[in-house]
Amino acid sequence: MAKLGPAQYSPYPVAVYEGVLNPPPGKALLFNDIVDEETAMREAAKAMLTRENATIFPGPQVLYAWNEEAKKKAKLIKEMAEVLNAKIIPMYDYRPKYPKIDPDIEINPNHPNLTIWHNKIKACIFIGVHCHYANVALKIIRSETDCFTIAMCSMAGHEDAMITVRDQHSEDLEKFIEIAKEVKKELGLA
Amino acid sequence: MSLKIYELNEEFKNIVPQEIVALQENATWGNPKRGVMDLPVAKELLEEHSLCAGCPEAAALRYILASLPNPEDTIIVNSTGCTSLMFPHIALHTVHSLFGNQNSVATGIKRTLEWRFPDKVKDVVVLAGDGATVDIGLDYTLQSFFRQEKITTICFDNEVYANTGGQESGLTPKGHVFKMAPKGKQFEKVPMWQLAIDSGCHYVARLTVSSPKRVEKVIKEAIYVAREVGPTYVHLYTPCILEIGLNSDDGLDEMRSRDKERFKFFEYKTPEAEEVIAKYKEEGLL
Repeated sequence: MAKLGPAQYSPYPVAVYEGVLNPPPGKALLFNDIVDEETAMREAAKAMLTRENATIFPGPQVLYAWNEEAKKKAKLIKEMAEVLNAKIIPMYDYRPKYPKIDPDIEINPNHPNLTIWHNKIKACIFIGVHCHYANVALKIIRSETDCFTIAMCSMAGHEDAMITVRDQHSEDLEKFIEIAKEVKKELGLA
Repeated sequence: MSLKIYELNEEFKNIVPQEIVALQENATWGNPKRGVMDLPVAKELLEEHSLCAGCPEAAALRYILASLPNPEDTIIVNSTGCTSLMFPHIALHTVHSLFGNQNSVATGIKRTLEWRFPDKVKDVVVLAGDGATVDIGLDYTLQSFFRQEKITTICFDNEVYANTGGQESGLTPKGHVFKMAPKGKQFEKVPMWQLAIDSGCHYVARLTVSSPKRVEKVIKEAIYVAREVGPTYVHLYTPCILEIGLNSDDGLDEMRSRDKERFKFFEYKTPEAEEVIAKYKEEGLL
């Protein structure tokens, strides 16, 4: 039997315990490596375009129209989903669902693995999820599923995701969409 | 906090569950005249809860949430107990404090909000059980009254530590026997409403939640007085039907019978509180 990790929750250690840290400003994280943002974006687009049931998980910071940036990001995420042929499943708040969540239509940070297992999601993008909850959710997904996780974070990033791009604002999303279109063409999917 | 945090981007309205869209479109935000009469028609701020079927505490919380005059700018501080099972489910900002610490935490929040948003009305409401208010947190509760903190403290009194198996609390009446108090309570119920008056609360009420309209009136008065004058205290009887051996549909009858005896409606207002209440009555908000 696998040994439990230091927090006694899971046999799989979190990324920090394996020496993986967030990328410095201007850089991105691809598995254990610090890479250029563009390289990470290309790999992210490739993963989303080639893996089964790719899904975007937008969080409250982009779901709700609380400022102009959020409104802009919402439009771009819709466009991103079209380019990547991805489904959108919202993480609209962080309240635990009682008696259970409906994994077809929602994801909750306290048990994100249920939505991933149910929909057989093999690649996903976290965007607009508050960092403390993204951290929890990404750790669970990393240890309990085979889903390829991509964190598009407007702050410092998330080392538990397979790909982390940090400081992502609407202009960066536009750049990512352009890169995704190119990758799609290269893969012959356009 | 802005009401815009409940406003969904148009792009996502069709993928978000109906109850979240309803929270934006059909909840009573920005209307100080909201009240328990909205319950059948408006979206409630409590989506679901994990309390026992028929628990009067759940009814109390629904009435309180429906009565908050300013929910979009209200912070709720709660403590350990049955109530802590409900707070993660409500659509407002809530802070879960350490057991008994709730009035200290609320003090910090209230003072910070006053400093950070001097031009905005922000209500801080403490909701805690009898263990947190009267046993473990009595010191913190009374100290916040002594300091004249402008917060509303609401105690859900079920007269027992219910979710840990039935230990007696300070608010258990003398002689009551519970599973974990087989010899019966040896001393009298702590008269918390009286302590609140002696400690400087400007508005104190003791009641059961058998009458939703009365709960609404009391909660609104307590919040308005806390906003303008100083600490207020509301003592609600919300019996634990399981621990006193009742069925899930017996809660209301139990409260009605106590309405006539130890939880007979009692209200105390200082002259300053009377003034505030009269002012809000004139404005049609009470």
